[in-house]
Amino acid sequence: MNPAGARIGVYVCHCGTNIAATVNVYALTEYAATLAGVVIAREYKYMCSDPGQDLLQQDIREYGLNRLVVAACSPHLHENTFRKAAEEAGLNPFLFHMVNVREHDSWVHTSREAATEKAKDLVRAAVHRVFLNRPLERRQVPIHPAVLVVGGGIAGIHAALTLAAAGKRVYLVEREPTIGGHMARFDKTFPTLDCAACILTPKMTAVKSYPNITLWTYSEVVAVEGFVGQYRVTVRRKPRYVIEDLCVGCLECVEACVFKQPKFADEFNQGLSKRKPIYLPFPQAVPQVVVIDPETCIEFKSGKCKKTCVEACGDRQAIDFTQKEQIETTEVGAIILATGFQTVHPRRIPYYGYGVYPNVYTALEVERLINASGPTGGELRLRDGRKPRSVGIIHCVGSRDEHTNRWCSRVCCMYSLKLAHLIKEKTGAEVYNFYIDMRTPGKAFEEFYNRVAEEGVRLVRGKVADVFPGEDNGTLILRVEDTLLCQVRKIPVDMVVLATGLEPKADAEEVRRLFNISCSAGGFFLERHPKLAPVATFTDGIFLAGCCQGPKDIPDSVAQAGAAAAEAMALLDAGSMELEPNTAYVIEEACSGCKTCVGLCPFNAVVFHAHKRKAVVEEVLCKGCGTCVAACPSGAMRQNLFEDEQIFEEVNALLCGR
Amino acid sequence: MSETSPSSAESANSAFEPKIVAFFCNWCTYLAADLAGTSRLRYAPNIRVVRVMCSGRVDPQFVLDAFAQGADGVLIGGCHPGDCHYQEGNYKALRRFHLLRRTLEQLGVEPERFRLEWISAAEADRLRTVVNEMVEQVRARGPFRPKAAPQFQEVTA
Repeated sequence: MNPAGARIGVYVCHCGTNIAATVNVYALTEYAATLAGVVIAREYKYMCSDPGQDLLQQDIREYGLNRLVVAACSPHLHENTFRKAAEEAGLNPFLFHMVNVREHDSWVHTSREAATEKAKDLVRAAVHRVFLNRPLERRQVPIHPAVLVVGGGIAGIHAALTLAAAGKRVYLVEREPTIGGHMARFDKTFPTLDCAACILTPKMTAVKSYPNITLWTYSEVVAVEGFVGQYRVTVRRKPRYVIEDLCVGCLECVEACVFKQPKFADEFNQGLSKRKPIYLPFPQAVPQVVVIDPETCIEFKSGKCKKTCVEACGDRQAIDFTQKEQIETTEVGAIILATGFQTVHPRRIPYYGYGVYPNVYTALEVERLINASGPTGGELRLRDGRKPRSVGIIHCVGSRDEHTNRWCSRVCCMYSLKLAHLIKEKTGAEVYNFYIDMRTPGKAFEEFYNRVAEEGVRLVRGKVADVFPGEDNGTLILRVEDTLLCQVRKIPVDMVVLATGLEPKADAEEVRRLFNISCSAGGFFLERHPKLAPVATFTDGIFLAGCCQGPKDIPDSVAQAGAAAAEAMALLDAGSMELEPNTAYVIEEACSGCKTCVGLCPFNAVVFHAHKRKAVVEEVLCKGCGTCVAACPSGAMRQNLFEDEQIFEEVNALLCGR
Repeated sequence: MSETSPSSAESANSAFEPKIVAFFCNWCTYLAADLAGTSRLRYAPNIRVVRVMCSGRVDPQFVLDAFAQGADGVLIGGCHPGDCHYQEGNYKALRRFHLLRRTLEQLGVEPERFRLEWISAAEADRLRTVVNEMVEQVRARGPFRPKAAPQFQEVTA
């Protein structure tokens, strides 16, 4: 099928034994050498290694190769490696085609014979296709020197600060009225027991002090358009009914509110305390700007409030009941998603009695209860005010369970041990930890576990089956099979703490669609490669940090945020990026001007030229999906790198010999 | 013109290995197949993947051509509705699929031989299930032999 002039080199990679164990690489190479147009066919242990690439480059020079085929791993892994190698040897990188004989062949099949046959088909198809490849030039796009960070938890804060320290313009968008995220609610952090607020709040105030960070709290991203280097982002800023620039955070308005006592559930304290309709989420909130909750404020409900808050604010005039939501738009070159997680709702595990028995708490509630700035001033008290004499902490609530989430949430063992230590320290209570497996992999984690065990915390290996009330008032009984004693035990306690696991936020799916990225099976955002590109996504210019990518602790979230910031910075500092040249183009003579393609393009990249009466592709806007190409009735619309002829040739060659 | 009896077709099929051409989109189904590889899931070796950027790129002619060249089945894999990397290419693929499937049926291509499946990058297991299922169904149908065009028959009294 290949016309004269083809000088094709075929390279078969063993990938150690990854490919060679299942595919007969020698037979494959011999077969490739017999194909029309193939000048040289070789096998090599590791094609992606330097000697492997040298081999290919030498052959390009020595044999005057004008096309290359490499049968190795997935093109998602090494396509660029070989394109670069070809380019260095003077061959246009798009005169190369990669054959996936690892992920799609040797790793998924057991029969050596069938796998080798499949590899032969795929190599034959590639050899036929590659001859029709044409030299192409990559497109350059400029990178707008600003980054959007979505989510103001510790990951988002750290990413924003890292970028700001490098002098980059950063937009930090947070949904809540303050930044801080989950970490702001924690008491102490494992394994060093430093207080969460002490290490977090300096970073929070630093966000505010950087002139190149624009902080939009109480705001959400509602639209994202464009592509790497030029994302146009629309942010909806919810009205807080307080003018941010005028409020000084003196809290006189809160004091003056017509509600003399706080009356409404305080979200920051998990509803364990009360707040007023005008409030500051917590003392160290950033920004130090109060917010009015229109659901509970009398002025919003009846319009007949005395507005003592406005009076107290006086000349500052920061309170504005007529405030409307604002829409901000901005352009950024890269985006970091740090949208975090939510904890599993304990009512999903009904047999632990959360919401039924008053003294069953979630771990996050206990974090607030033992926190000095929490609702009880750091005194651990039951709902009736008693001090608990015994506490049972149940691990893996909503984790490692087919009925809820199958994954290990990674942090619960450690935070449960931390809570055990803190509860014992504060109350002297007898503390039981019920665990399936104790998972303490991390720097100084195992040591912390040993310390807690030595402190006399009772560690029971077994999954609690049931929580039910005891005979005497207020006691709860945990029924558990102690798998080390091989007996079923009933342990009475005053307080039960549920170590709820981490899961994707309820709206992770919508967020994912907004930013056009993918999710893993559990619903966390999908990274580009689990090992080698853990903060990148399949959408260029969008990076991940923190628990939106999967459960992780604070050190890992911070490390990942730093990595995401570095990746974004690399993009920004390069100033421009090369895009795949797989855009659509029109053969004008063939275009009948039917406009079929125009309506198909979701990016408005195809326009109808009124004067010429032909379709025209705006190359900058084209993302290269090829939908218009497939629809063109006259074959006038074409796609670089995915030409009709190339695909026909590939299909035909796959099937020839049938 | 004798029809092959079902029993003899079955015995002929036992040694028959169907060949299925699969058009997988770069962002979802191709990645699901990559993940199946890294996860070492085992599935039938009968599919041959052609990578396209989007399921919307699959021109009905590619499918017709594949059958004309002797494919026993054609599988198109794309992102789930709403998940397309290019926003809505998969909807265009779906639109074409329904029309094409009807056309193919009229040409004698049984529906089992032509499938469109939404398989996300995380659904390696689903990829395995779909491929294995399709290979078995096509195997049961036997090799694809295009039906001769129906003969015009004069109606006589």
